[in-house]
Amino acid sequence: MTSTTLTAPATSTNGAATAAEVTHTSTRRFAIGIFEDEDVLLHAVENMRAAGVKIYDVFSPFPIHGIDDALGIERSRLPIAAFFFGCSGLAFALWMQIYMLGFDWPMIIGGKPNIALPSFIPVTFELTVLFTAFGMMITFFTISGLYPKPKVNVLDARATDDKFVLAVELDEASSELPRLTQLLRENGASEVNHKEMTKF
Amino acid sequence: MQHISAVREPLITGGKTYHDVTQDVCRQVEAAPNIRWMGAFAVALFFLGIFFYSVYRTVWYGIGEWGLNKTVNWAWDITNFVWWVGIGHAGTLISAVLLLFRQKWRSSINRAAEAMTIFAVICAGQFPIFHMGRPWVGYWVFPLQNTFGSLWVNFNSPLLWDVFAISTYFSVSLVFWYTGLIPDFATIRDRAKGKIAKLAYSMLSFNWKGSAKHWSRYETVSLILAGISTPLVLSVHTIVSMDFATSVVPGWHTTIFPPYFVAGAIFSGFAMVLTLMLITRVVFKLEDYITLEHIALMNKIMMVTGSVVGVAYITEFFIAWYSQVEYEQYAFLNRATGPYWWAYASMMTCNVITPQLVWFRRVRYSIPLTFVLSIIVNIGMWFERFVIIVTSLHRDYLPSSWAMFSPTIIDVGMYVGSLGLFFTLFLLFAKFFPVINMAEVKTILKYTVNNGPSYGGSNDGSQGTGSRKLAPATAPAVYASAGVPASATVNYDKQQHD
Repeated sequence: MTSTTLTAPATSTNGAATAAEVTHTSTRRFAIGIFEDEDVLLHAVENMRAAGVKIYDVFSPFPIHGIDDALGIERSRLPIAAFFFGCSGLAFALWMQIYMLGFDWPMIIGGKPNIALPSFIPVTFELTVLFTAFGMMITFFTISGLYPKPKVNVLDARATDDKFVLAVELDEASSELPRLTQLLRENGASEVNHKEMTKF
Repeated sequence: MQHISAVREPLITGGKTYHDVTQDVCRQVEAAPNIRWMGAFAVALFFLGIFFYSVYRTVWYGIGEWGLNKTVNWAWDITNFVWWVGIGHAGTLISAVLLLFRQKWRSSINRAAEAMTIFAVICAGQFPIFHMGRPWVGYWVFPLQNTFGSLWVNFNSPLLWDVFAISTYFSVSLVFWYTGLIPDFATIRDRAKGKIAKLAYSMLSFNWKGSAKHWSRYETVSLILAGISTPLVLSVHTIVSMDFATSVVPGWHTTIFPPYFVAGAIFSGFAMVLTLMLITRVVFKLEDYITLEHIALMNKIMMVTGSVVGVAYITEFFIAWYSQVEYEQYAFLNRATGPYWWAYASMMTCNVITPQLVWFRRVRYSIPLTFVLSIIVNIGMWFERFVIIVTSLHRDYLPSSWAMFSPTIIDVGMYVGSLGLFFTLFLLFAKFFPVINMAEVKTILKYTVNNGPSYGGSNDGSQGTGSRKLAPATAPAVYASAGVPASATVNYDKQQHD
C-alpha cells in the first residue's frame, strides 16, 4: 500500500468533496475498519449488517470460521462444477481408449479383447482426477479474478499479516463516513481509515 | 482470546501472535542467504553436476553405460524410480489425508512435505525418461499416433498406466501446493521492500487479497483437492506396484503388492520428511512450529507403516511356501540366502527392526535418534526395492540365463546425482518460498493447545478457527463481546508487535 492512496484520516473528513475527488470519477472510496481479532470482527460484521450497512468485503490473513454466514456469502457451487469436470474426464478417457484400441487401430495384444475395460480403469481414474483438479482450479481462478498481476492494489497491506479489515464502499461525497467511523469504533475496530482507490 | 486445554500438548509453542508467525516464516525469505544455506547449496550443486555428467554419458553413449545385462535388464534405474515416488507419497498423505482427518498438526509441516513430494516426483521421472535410451522421443508415451502415422499406445500396459499416474500425480500435487502458496505469497508481497521482490511476489500471488469470498472458495477447493488426492496417492503406488505384479516373474506376481507398496511408500516418505524437517527447523529456527510433538507424531506414523511393511515381508514368505509353487519358493529362499543375502539382510534390519524402536518414548522424542532412524529407514527402503527387483530378475525360470548385477559408476552417479537434484530444488524452495503455511498456522494459533476430541475447540468439523465456540469452563478463556475494544480481548502471551 502506497501512502498516496491514503488521503485523509477518518476524523478529518466530514463529507465535503475535495477537488481530487471530483476530477477522478472512477475513484472508489472506502471506509476501512481495522480489527485486531477475528472474533471481534465477526461480531462487528453481524452488528453492522443489522444496522443496515452494506459491507463491501472483509480481508483477512486466514479464513475466518463463520464469516460466510455473517456476510451472507452463499455456499460455493464449485463442488458441483468439480463433479461435472470429473464426469467429463471419465467420459473422455473411456472414449479415447475405446476409440483408439477398439475402432481406430484394433490390435490383438496377448490374445485379449480389443476393448478390455478392466485394464482401462487406471487411465480412466487418473484422467478423471486430472480433469476434476484442473477444471475446478481454472474455474476458481477465473471466477475469483486470480491471475498473475505485476502490481496488486490492496486496501491495507496488513490484511495479509495480522489485521482483519472490514471495508464499506462510500458514495462520491463520502457522506456516510462519520456514521460508519462511529459504528466501526463502537464495534471494536482499533482504527478506521478512509481510502480512495483509483484502481481496485 | 485463547482456548486452552489442560490435556493436550501445544501445537505451536512460544506464545506466538499472528504477526510473529509472519515474521518467523518470512525472515529467511527476506534475508540474504546465510553461509550455511550457501554451503549446502554448493554441495547440492556439486551433486547436480554429477547427475548432469551421468545423464550426458547415458544419453551420448547409451544404456550400455549402466550395469544392466540381458538377464537383469532393470536395476538401479527402476529401484531409484520407485524409491523417489515412494518418498513423494508422504507429502500428499500429510497435505490431503491428514486434512480430511482434521489433524491440525499437519499445518506446520504440510508446505515443506508437499514441496518434497513435487521434487521427489521430478527426481523419479528422470529414471524412466533416461532409461528410454532416446529421451528426445519421450513424448511417444503419450497417446499420439506412432510417429504421427497409425499406431496408438497400448492402454493395457501397466507401464503406460504409470505414465498417466505419475503425470497426473505430479500436476495435481503441483496445483494443490501452489494454491496453498498463493495467500502466503500475498503476505510476502505486502511486506516486500525491493522492487524485484515486489514484482516477483505480486506475479506469484495471483492478485490475492484475502477477501472473505475468496477464502470461502479457497477452503472448498482445498477440501475437494484433498478428497481427490487421497485416492490418487493410493492409486499411484498401486499402479507402480502393478509394473511388477502384472508380470509373471517369481517374487513379483503377487496380489499383496499394491497395499504393501503403498505402506512402504508412506513409510519411506515419512522418514524423508523427518530428515528434512529436523534440518529445516534448526537451520531456519522454526523449533516453535515444528515441535518435538510433531516429530513424535511422525515417528508414530513411521512405526505403523513400517510394521505393515514388516508384516508384508513375512506374508510374502508364508505365501511362497503355502502356494507350493516351486519357482516362487526358490525366489524367496534365494532372496534370503542367495548371493544377494546382504541386501536382504540390510532391508530386514533397517525396515523391520528400526521402526520398532519407536515404541520407546525416549526414542520417539529424541532428535538425534530420530534423525539416525530416518536415514536408516531410507536406506532400508532403497534396499527393499533393490531386493524385489534384482533378486527376482537375476535367477528366474531358466538357470542357463542366471546372472549377477553390478552397478557401474554411472549407475551410482545417476543415483547420488538425483539426490543432488532433489536438494538443489529443496534448498531453492526453502530460500525463496515460505516453508511453513502461514495462513494455516494462523488458523490454529488460538487452538494450539486445544486439539483434542474431548474439548470443544477445533473438533467440530470446522476449518481451524472454531471461533464461535466457548472454551471449556476450566479454560482461562476470554470471550469477546461486541463493543469492547479489541485490545482488551486479545489475550496472547506476547501482545507487542515488533
